Amino acid sequence: MHGAMSTILSIANLSKTYASGLTALNNVSLDIRKGEIFALLGPNGAGKTTLIGIACGIVTPSGGSVTADGHDVVRDYRAARAKIGLVPQELSTDAFETVQATVRLSRGLFGRPPDPARIEQVLRDLSLWDKRNDQIKTLSGGMKRRVMIAKALSHEPQILFLDEPTAGVDVELRRDMWGLVRRLRDSGVTVILTTHYIDEAEEMADRIGVINKGSLILVEEKAALMKKLGRKQLTLHLQQALPAVPAELGGWNLQLRSAGEELEYSFDAAAEDTGVPALLKRLGELGIGFKDLNTRQSSLEEIFVGLVSARAGAGA
Amino acid sequence: MSGRAFNRHGVRAIYRFEMARFRRTLWQSVATPVITTSLYFVVFGAAIGSRMTQVQGVPYGAFIVPGLVMLSLFTQSILNASFGIHFPKFIGTIYEILSAPISPLEIVLGYVGAAATKSVMLGLTILATAALFVPLHILHPGWMVGFLVLTAASFSLFGFIIGIWAQNFEQMQVIPMLIITPLTFLGGTFYSIDMLPPFWRTVTLFNPLVYLISGFRWSFYGASDVGVRVSLAMTLGFLLVCLAVVAWIFRTGYRLKN
Repeated sequence: MHGAMSTILSIANLSKTYASGLTALNNVSLDIRKGEIFALLGPNGAGKTTLIGIACGIVTPSGGSVTADGHDVVRDYRAARAKIGLVPQELSTDAFETVQATVRLSRGLFGRPPDPARIEQVLRDLSLWDKRNDQIKTLSGGMKRRVMIAKALSHEPQILFLDEPTAGVDVELRRDMWGLVRRLRDSGVTVILTTHYIDEAEEMADRIGVINKGSLILVEEKAALMKKLGRKQLTLHLQQALPAVPAELGGWNLQLRSAGEELEYSFDAAAEDTGVPALLKRLGELGIGFKDLNTRQSSLEEIFVGLVSARAGAGA
Repeated sequence: MSGRAFNRHGVRAIYRFEMARFRRTLWQSVATPVITTSLYFVVFGAAIGSRMTQVQGVPYGAFIVPGLVMLSLFTQSILNASFGIHFPKFIGTIYEILSAPISPLEIVLGYVGAAATKSVMLGLTILATAALFVPLHILHPGWMVGFLVLTAASFSLFGFIIGIWAQNFEQMQVIPMLIITPLTFLGGTFYSIDMLPPFWRTVTLFNPLVYLISGFRWSFYGASDVGVRVSLAMTLGFLLVCLAVVAWIFRTGYRLKN
């Protein structure tokens, strides 16, 4: 399905070196498809926020280009920026303004005429309507985060950047945010989010990009990534504890856990021959019985840590 | 919004937002300068002025009115405009201005337009206050409004530059307090520079504020320390220099972008 989607944001050979000499982005190229939720993962300082900053016009690139719906974000910045909404990581709000006034300002800044009905709709969608006349300083952190989303949505963007949208918010609000993001995607908005929470990407994203030290390590469909890089663990709960992995089982990647009572086998879930049937057969031949067994797939977090570690090892 | 269209909604949004802030702090914004000006009239106009002869053919109390209006106009224009742009920088909401489809000119129009509007309103309020103390006669009302608006716009633009340049609120106060106020006092607010010895008169002519105060005073009484054309040229020149600096700031992203 995604193959038929057109590109709405195109990043080509993007680089950024700050005056301090720090290279935040190194020749990054990436196409974001219209209507998808794209999660950009990476450790602190990987270049995620710089990438968003350049796309939104806050950071000047050192090289390369970004186009939003075909409009270059530097040369044709008016048309490009009008398509983009940004919810930054920091809770930057004008504390003394009312919720409604600050959202109205955002809509005007993006060249949209006043539209009280639209503002009301956005505030209602984010459960802010009752707070519309409250000063922002009186709101909780979660409510302030909603205000920032309302500001970003006030001009009806086609592309929405969410930079760490659920950092520091409670579980209930996180679930609300996820629901909101899905509704936005369903309404045709393309969402690009950065997150530290792997489960967030796993829960919501259609595609995932991993960035580390300014370079894009991979871009993959989430499901394909899970399938391709996901490892599975088979855990056998033994009838009798083993002091060590028998030499006869040396052909399998086995480890003993729980004082020898559990035997864990790691294997590639996507492989033609997982080795599981042969292992079970061999255990029977050796008279090693088990009471129970279970399998577990690697989480996206484990995949991510593995990728970043492998990269760090290769670079060392 | 089409690709190259003037973002009038953006300009209007900034202008209205800034004016709303002004209304919220109306008491501080208006009362302080009015009270200060009234005190100047009591001290210089009534107490000291009653013992002085006329200056340039104008009673002393009336003579100082244009200078006092300019004194408030300079400092308030700078403070209003510098705070207007520095506050979003300080609290981080500047990201929205920088990521919006709005040109540097439009940003300046919104912020500087609002700051200049406040300053003009303030200038007119001070004039009304002055009228309570001395009989006011404005010989060239058109020129008076022209100088008032031009000066408010120029110094608001200057304040906008200071607001971007300043890295904290203390720095923002430095130029109005340490440079503008002394230059205004030494620029003929309370006297005609003809009253100075020749050497100091020559030195004073290097003070750009002399020309602005002199031009504004001419619009009231038809008498000035320097020619009105020179005053107008200096005011416009200052405006153009400020515009050039603002253009450079936005082109380079100086203290705005990383």
